[in-house]
Amino acid sequence: MNTKEKFIAYKTIVIREVLRFSRIWVQTIVPPMVTMGLYFVIFGNLIGQRIGPMEGFNYIDYIVPGLIMMSVITNSYANVVSSFYGTKFQHSIEEMLVSPVPNYIILLGFVTGGVVRGIAVGIAVTIVAMFFADILVHDLVVIFSMVLMTAILFSLAGFINGVYAQSFDDISLIPTFVLTPLTYLGGIFYSISLLPQFWQDASLFNPILYMVNAFRYGFLGVSDIDLGMSYAITLIFITGLYVFGLRLLQKGHGIKT
Amino acid sequence: MNIALNIRNLKKVYGNGVSALKGIDLQVEQGDFFALLGPNGAGKSTTIGIITSLINKTDGQIEIFGHNLDTDSSAAKACLGLVPQEFNFNVFEPVIEVIANQAGFYGIERKEAFERAEHYLQKLGLWEKRRTTGRQLSGGMKRRLMIARALVHQPKLLILDEPTAGVDIEIRRSMWEFLREINSSGTTIILTTHYLEEAEELCRNIAIIDHGELIESTSKKELLNKLNMETFIFDLSAPIKALGLASGLSMKLIDETTMEVEIDKNNSINRVFEFLSSNGIEVLSMRNKRNRLEELFMCLVDKNKNERRSAP
Repeated sequence: MNTKEKFIAYKTIVIREVLRFSRIWVQTIVPPMVTMGLYFVIFGNLIGQRIGPMEGFNYIDYIVPGLIMMSVITNSYANVVSSFYGTKFQHSIEEMLVSPVPNYIILLGFVTGGVVRGIAVGIAVTIVAMFFADILVHDLVVIFSMVLMTAILFSLAGFINGVYAQSFDDISLIPTFVLTPLTYLGGIFYSISLLPQFWQDASLFNPILYMVNAFRYGFLGVSDIDLGMSYAITLIFITGLYVFGLRLLQKGHGIKT
Repeated sequence: MNIALNIRNLKKVYGNGVSALKGIDLQVEQGDFFALLGPNGAGKSTTIGIITSLINKTDGQIEIFGHNLDTDSSAAKACLGLVPQEFNFNVFEPVIEVIANQAGFYGIERKEAFERAEHYLQKLGLWEKRRTTGRQLSGGMKRRLMIARALVHQPKLLILDEPTAGVDIEIRRSMWEFLREINSSGTTIILTTHYLEEAEELCRNIAIIDHGELIESTSKKELLNKLNMETFIFDLSAPIKALGLASGLSMKLIDETTMEVEIDKNNSINRVFEFLSSNGIEVLSMRNKRNRLEELFMCLVDKNKNERRSAP
């Protein structure tokens, strides 16, 4: 396959992935808007007013970046894990395996699908947030680069989960028991400086903390974590997950006998 | 003559220790219509799975139109089209998108992909169903969809694994016609089927696999020449009183007016007619009990089974 043909194959996978989640937008785009709307009402307006300012900002303004990031994380992940497992379950992954599409194009195609859904949901949630909070912008480059990298990272993680999944239960285990706790404990609702020293140190092992804080820095200009460290951690995870995901595809793990 | 598919010493041992292929050597010439036959579990699907990169081989080499599947996989895969045994398309996608996406995986621009999809859907009588999702199609339509999908990138080698399983006789015959047309336009076809009538009707060369070994690979004509005994059913005009005894002929009555005759290839079937005429009985109709290839297939598989039993 020459470069042009590879690009067409990549584009085909991306179009297929985007059409997949767009056709079922009531299941993929609307629910996070409703859920985040409830978060804004309850944590932002109702409870938030009693909590008072956080790091010098209204509580709702403080949590908006984290909540947007949470929807990007969960939707990027969910898109790729369910889509890839679906192709395995229906054996339609074989359409790609018999074709000359290189494995890295398959991986990039699925990941791009996850990124598009994650960012689409992120934009939708941001629009909802505008009804409840003032959206401040400190550094647009940080906002866009960090949301993109986070969506890539969790799309890759979703892909790996999809490769290993052998049943529909397996695609919900990691999001329920790993991703959700890490996200809630990743500094979305609070600054880790409020925690006792032990829990502050323990939080540093949570990769989501770095992404949420960098993203918040883009909006508010405050972060618990050094910005450079956030980028470094995110890049390391992306590289590691990409290499691992590609290796699984090359070995045909879970898709070839 | 160019070689479309060259398999050398192909072996597959599954994780559970089952040796599905024990070193198969097989060549298929360009332009051939080739049947790969064998009983269930013989290794046909494993062979096809390895050729199409869906199963990892344990050992051996495969070349498709001279392109090594290990070292030049992109070029080798570009020559291949597969119609698998099981339905393997996204059942929630519209039919036309299933085909156009497959074209995209081979680097065909989207506009051209949709044009080709239209061509093959028209050819296979699915154009009216182009907006329908796969799950709403009947079994026969799903099979035709998979054939259209396999052809959209115009492969030089088309592999069909049980393409007519579960389709009615009318659709099966129209599919045969279509496959003949594809083959006569230059596409090499490899077919696996349990309908031996289908293989006899369509194929020029035949290989038989049993227990992971190739037990026969030759032309259909030569293979059928090996058939020593054929069984015919005679429908008679009147009940027959007594069966005659003659060397090389074995007769038995199924009912009063139906007779089964086994005849070896050195004997003339005229002897049966002579016997019946001498008894004043006319033959109303006559047919093979099984088709010739089926008869031979059973012989070879039974022989292989006996040889394996007697092996130390």
